[in-house]
Amino acid sequence: MTHHEITMPCTESDIRQIKAGDTVTLQDWLFGIRDATQIHMFDHGREIRLDLKGHAVIHTAPNVRKVPVSNSCPTGYESVCIGTTTSMRMERFSRPLMEREGVRIIIGKGGLGEDSRQAFQDLGGVYLAIIGGTAALETTWIEQITDIDMDDLNPESLWQFKIKDFGPLLVAMDSHGGSLYDKVKETMTDRRAEVLAKMGVGA
Amino acid sequence: MTPDLDAVEEAAKRLYIQALKVLPDDIKEGFQRLDASETDPTGKSILATMIQNIAVAEETDNLLCQDTGIPIYNVTIGRDVDVDGYALKQAIRKGCERATKEYPLRSSVVHPITRENEHTSCGRKVPVIGIDFSDAGEVLEIEMVPKGSGSENGSFLKMCIPADGVDGIKTFVIDKVMEAGGKVCPPTIVGVGVGGTSDLCTKLAKVAATRPLGSVCDDPMGAELERTLSDAVNSLGIGPQGLGGDSTAFSVQVETAATHITMNPVAVNIMCHSARRARATFTPAGVEFGF
Repeated sequence: MTHHEITMPCTESDIRQIKAGDTVTLQDWLFGIRDATQIHMFDHGREIRLDLKGHAVIHTAPNVRKVPVSNSCPTGYESVCIGTTTSMRMERFSRPLMEREGVRIIIGKGGLGEDSRQAFQDLGGVYLAIIGGTAALETTWIEQITDIDMDDLNPESLWQFKIKDFGPLLVAMDSHGGSLYDKVKETMTDRRAEVLAKMGVGA
Repeated sequence: MTPDLDAVEEAAKRLYIQALKVLPDDIKEGFQRLDASETDPTGKSILATMIQNIAVAEETDNLLCQDTGIPIYNVTIGRDVDVDGYALKQAIRKGCERATKEYPLRSSVVHPITRENEHTSCGRKVPVIGIDFSDAGEVLEIEMVPKGSGSENGSFLKMCIPADGVDGIKTFVIDKVMEAGGKVCPPTIVGVGVGGTSDLCTKLAKVAATRPLGSVCDDPMGAELERTLSDAVNSLGIGPQGLGGDSTAFSVQVETAATHITMNPVAVNIMCHSARRARATFTPAGVEFGF
C-alpha cells in the first residue's frame, strides 16, 4: 500500500504506478460531472468548452449560492456543500470520457462495473473511492469554483474546482484490472448460502 | 388547538435545513456501536471518516451530504387539533420551497419525463406529504425526511406467493442487499415491508427504514425477523461503502400488515448512513424541534 500525491493534470505513467488498495491525494484541479452532463455530452453530442485531458472528474452536483462575480468567485457561484453521488448510474460513460476527453481519474462512490474496469486497463485510468455522504468534509478540500460549462443543466453543470489536499482517497479500481469491489463481490457470493442456511432457509 | 399555519410554514422550512445538518442521536450512537465492533481496517477507517464528517458538518454549520434528497413530510394530527388540511399542505409546500430558495439548497427534484428542475425542491406531488391521525389530544407532529437518491434507488418489491413462505422473504432481502452493494452508501438501515397490498408493502418498507435505531417492530413476528435479518446482512462482508467489512447495516427494521390469502408481498427500502430526519411538535405550549 503506497500513498501518492498527484498534481493535476497527470499522465498515463502516473496512473500506471497506482495499484488498487493504494491511497491518493490530489492537488490543484478537479472537474464535477453528473448524469445529465454526460447524457448531453455523449448521447446528445454536445461539445464542451473545458479541457479535461489528463484530469480527474468527480461524480457530483453541488449545492451552490449565487454571488456577485469577484476574484474569489469568478463564476458567480460560491460553494455551499460539495459531495459525491453513486457512480454506477454513469458506468457507460467511463470509456467515452477517457477516449473523447482524455480523462484519467474518475472519483465517485459505490464503484463502477466491468466496462469501466476494462477501459481503465486499456486506456490508463483509475477509480478513486470517496466516502459517500461525507460532503461537509469534502467541501473543506475545495477552494473555489473556478469555471463552469453547460450551466443550463444546473446543478448538473460541468464544474471546475480549485482543490487543495483533496484526499486521501482509496484506489478502488486500477489500470491493471484490479478492483476492490470484485473481491467484496466474491466474498459475499461465497457467504450467501451459509447466511441463508443459518436463517433456516430451505431447512 | 388550531395550529398557526405561518408557524407551520416556518417549521417546514427549518425542519428541512435542520435535517440536512444534524443527525439524530440514535444514528450517532449507531456509528459508535459499529465502530467499536468493526474488524476490517478499511471499514474501520471509512467509519472514522463518516464520524468525522458528522462533527465537521456541525462545526462548519454545513450540510452532511450534498444530496438534499426528495423532501418527505409526515404529518400526524391529534384528535383535538382543528386544522384546514388543504391549507396545512400548502404551508408545508411553501416552507419547503422557501428553504430551498432562501438557504439556498440544491433542488434535486425534476419532472420525471422532461427532467426540468424548478429549483424549488417541489414539483408534481412533491414534496411527498403523508397525513395520519393519532390518539393524542392537542398535538400536531411534522416529521421531515430528506430521502437521498443513492439509497432510494435501492428500493425493491416482490409479490412472493404463499408457497414461498418466510424463506422467500428472507432470501429476497439478502439478495437485494447484495445487489445494492456499495451503491446505497452502507452502513444502512434496511427497511423491510411484509404483507399488505403492493403499495402498502412499499410504504411499510419506507416507514421501517426511517424508524429510529433501537426501535422494535410492534408485531412480535416482525421483531423476530428484524433480529434474524440484522445478523444475516452483517455476515455478508459488504461493509462500509461496499469496500468490505462487518458494518453493512445499522439494522434491518421490519413493518408488517395483514395480506391476502393468495399473497406474500415483500418490499425493501434502504436508508443510507446519513439517516437524516427532524421533527417539529406543535402543542398549545408552542413548537418544539427535535428528531
